[in-house]
Amino acid sequence: MSAATLPLPAPVATRSSATAEPRLVRWLLTGLALAFLGLFLLVPLFAVFTEALRKGFETYLAALVEPDALAAIQLTLLVAAIAVPANLVFGVAAAWAIAKFDFRGKSLLITLIDLPFAVSPVIAGLVYVLMFGAQGWFGPWLQAHDIKIVFAVPGIVLATMFVTVPFIARELIPLMQAQGTEEEEAARVLGASGWQMFWRVTLPNIKWGLLYGVILCNARAMGEFGAVSVVSGHVRGLTNTTPLHVEILYNEYNFAAAFAVASLLASLGLVTLVLKSLIEWKTRHELARAAALPGERPA
Amino acid sequence: MTSATATLPAPLAPAARRPWRKPSVLPGFGLALGFALLYLSLIVLIPLSATFLKSATLGWEVFWATVSAPRVLAALRLSFGASLLAGVLNAVFGLLVAWVLIRYRFPGRRVADAMVDLPFALPTAVAGIALTAVYAGNGWIGQYLEPLGIQVAFAPLGVVVALTFIGLPFVVRTVQPVLEDLEPELEEAAATLGANRLQTFRRVILPAVTPALLTGFTLAFARAVGEYGSVIFIAGNMPMVSEIAPLLIIIELEQYDYAGATSVAVMMLLISFALLLLINLLQWWSARRTGRL
Amino acid sequence: MSIEVNRIAKRFGSFTALDDVSLSFPSGQLVALLGPSGCGKTTLLRIIAGLETPDAGSVLFHGEDASDQDVRERQVGFVFQHYALFRHMSVFENVAFGLRVKPRAERPSNARIREKVMDLLKLVQLDWLAERYPHQLSGGQRQRIALARALAVEPKVLLLDEPFGALDAKVRKELRRWLRRLHDELHITSIFVTHDQEEALEVADQVVLMNKGRVEQVGSPNEVYERPASPFVYSFLGTVNVFHGRAAGGRVHLGPVSLGASRHADVEDAPAVAYARPHEIEIERFSPGAEGIPAQLSRLLVVGPTARLELERDDTGGIVEAEIPAARAASLSLKLGESLVVRPRRMQVFVERADAPPAQALTLES
Repeated sequence: MSAATLPLPAPVATRSSATAEPRLVRWLLTGLALAFLGLFLLVPLFAVFTEALRKGFETYLAALVEPDALAAIQLTLLVAAIAVPANLVFGVAAAWAIAKFDFRGKSLLITLIDLPFAVSPVIAGLVYVLMFGAQGWFGPWLQAHDIKIVFAVPGIVLATMFVTVPFIARELIPLMQAQGTEEEEAARVLGASGWQMFWRVTLPNIKWGLLYGVILCNARAMGEFGAVSVVSGHVRGLTNTTPLHVEILYNEYNFAAAFAVASLLASLGLVTLVLKSLIEWKTRHELARAAALPGERPA
Repeated sequence: MTSATATLPAPLAPAARRPWRKPSVLPGFGLALGFALLYLSLIVLIPLSATFLKSATLGWEVFWATVSAPRVLAALRLSFGASLLAGVLNAVFGLLVAWVLIRYRFPGRRVADAMVDLPFALPTAVAGIALTAVYAGNGWIGQYLEPLGIQVAFAPLGVVVALTFIGLPFVVRTVQPVLEDLEPELEEAAATLGANRLQTFRRVILPAVTPALLTGFTLAFARAVGEYGSVIFIAGNMPMVSEIAPLLIIIELEQYDYAGATSVAVMMLLISFALLLLINLLQWWSARRTGRL
Repeated sequence: MSIEVNRIAKRFGSFTALDDVSLSFPSGQLVALLGPSGCGKTTLLRIIAGLETPDAGSVLFHGEDASDQDVRERQVGFVFQHYALFRHMSVFENVAFGLRVKPRAERPSNARIREKVMDLLKLVQLDWLAERYPHQLSGGQRQRIALARALAVEPKVLLLDEPFGALDAKVRKELRRWLRRLHDELHITSIFVTHDQEEALEVADQVVLMNKGRVEQVGSPNEVYERPASPFVYSFLGTVNVFHGRAAGGRVHLGPVSLGASRHADVEDAPAVAYARPHEIEIERFSPGAEGIPAQLSRLLVVGPTARLELERDDTGGIVEAEIPAARAASLSLKLGESLVVRPRRMQVFVERADAPPAQALTLES
């Protein structure tokens, strides 16, 4: 690889030629990686939109404004509107205790918070059936008082909360640990009360991490399928969330409608990706600016 | 030596016991921890332990009869086997993708980087029907594979494809920061000592990213074992052939066989925890060996 | 306001950070807590501020026990080592913070806050930076903003944790002088923590030397430098030569040199250690019968008016550092490798015995 064959500077200027691969290898590896990403990610994504529009735009629109679809979308929004704020409060509280204080059993608590990631969503649904179902621990009592949790909206909300518990806490814990306690201590020395310190110092410092966690949490809450499928009861127009509605349409061989509703969820996913990238770019930008001047934090 | 109070009696006794938490001037510990524990207990811990309690009331024989049924065994084998295969595929391709994204500059790199998170953001049911549409015998890719005798959708291979899709971001996102922080000096040192690129990769880079690779593999594997939404559409769900364990739980629940559903669930949890423990030990061992502990 | 700490003890797990520390800080003085890292100085400062709770002992402000007072009630100004400026607030808002969080009844009006903040920013000579954000400031500027922020609530005591630790050498020196001038203007009781002896000796009225959780010595900069109370203080402050010998019958024997030590008169025979600074070392060309420790000149460095010599002792092989006027070095016309005798003109002797009296300074008359 001589200079004559390479009129342009090497693609990665910071690497010396001694630690860069030959051009052919680079192309090969890049091609292989892109082919993999394309086959597994891009092609299926395109397929959703193509299949959705296969029978024309009118069929597409009709599938979205049909009453059952609207009811499903409504329920999905309701579930997310409850589960995300609940996990937001939990995430902030857990991260505050874990990141700013030292106590025994801290690592155990962190492990427990991650537990829902290690449990199948189907099992997450199952545990609520065993608790609140007709034959469950509280089943007879609930039946006697005519309260329905499983196969009704409360069960869907609970199962969604279960699978989304870790999202916000996981984003905040490392962030708040890295920020340390000095700014909060400074606020206390200067006379701020607990809530003044939280609203004026802590919250502004974690706002981007918080938003990041909320976006991921929301994507999962709106898209959850396994856990919700177990506890839903699949009553059209009543206990059907959007992903479950997709399943029903698909199993009825109503592919165009299924993909139309799916395209809505896929758009949600794309919006999530864009917002996520924007926040990453923004925080990286801020980090770089902060790092440009020394002395604010120990390395 | 200079203490003015040297006449006072013996030194003070040190604090006898370590308190369970270090005192701090920051407020809100009790409130925050109390709420977090209450919430976690109500939503996750109590319901989950209720499942184990339920299985304990079943008795050993019922449990064993359920989980040793051929259909259950086949489902567990498929779930764990396909997850393992998908995890390995993801480890290989995830490392490749992370490497390309970190080391090379090419048009569309940032879009590709953002796309990696698609499986996190895309609802699993959508992924399921999309992959089915693509890999079915008449699908965009499936139509080229079928003449070669490769059936993806409605076969065990479809399960592997779906689980690979689901697990991809885990490996890429854990390996990426480690590759990024890898000191260029390490590779330059290897080069000055006469190693070629392949040797440098095998002996210098790979050992450095192995712990992260294992972590990513573990996360992808754990996610894959429990995955339901993306698999059931593409798998075909034939008993003994392409039926995964989570689906079996749902089938048994639909038949009001709570004992059966609970047994399968507990078996899955036990195998998952055991495997995760094993992999964590492995990771701890590899981290200790390379002095990163 | 005066501060007193009384028998303070603090442990972190099995590590003893402070071991029965008692000190009093007179009103209006600038005091340095000096010691190596891990000596407990920062912990002591944080206990005084109320940021840390001691395991035992009490803190008295103006004679009143403040141990049970919350950090918010103590009215201390605290400047953190890494400044802890609120990164999302402008410089102005950072300084105004302490005023804005006051209870409504005590909170000054916005106009009053504005006036006060601008006054403080003028005091630290940074009023032109009011609208900037912390990440746009240099280290020295952040330092001064942190100080202005601490002063805004009119603290009775100012506590500074390694105030110049994160700055480069030149800025450090400037800020040091500036802090001294500021203190002379405000006369607020101030304590600062440092591990840099030069900083402590140059800026402080009083220096508290700490080691391993205990106070080694308290005194003016001159006192602690000229009359160190312990071997630790001797070796921590400045370069020092160590001579090992024995004390017996009122005399200290260091190899061929022997000195009268009346304070150690009752010592039968015990190991003794003597300390002498390089400028307290006399050298002479070797001749049979010359008093002193024979040594070879291994290095000679003349910088400006002083000559620095490194000598290797013939008996132990140890290195002795000496500083003599350049003129004297020239008149001796020293050559590398030549044989000389080394003689401490003045030194401090410590006898290693449990009940030994305090160190005695010895002067060798030549």
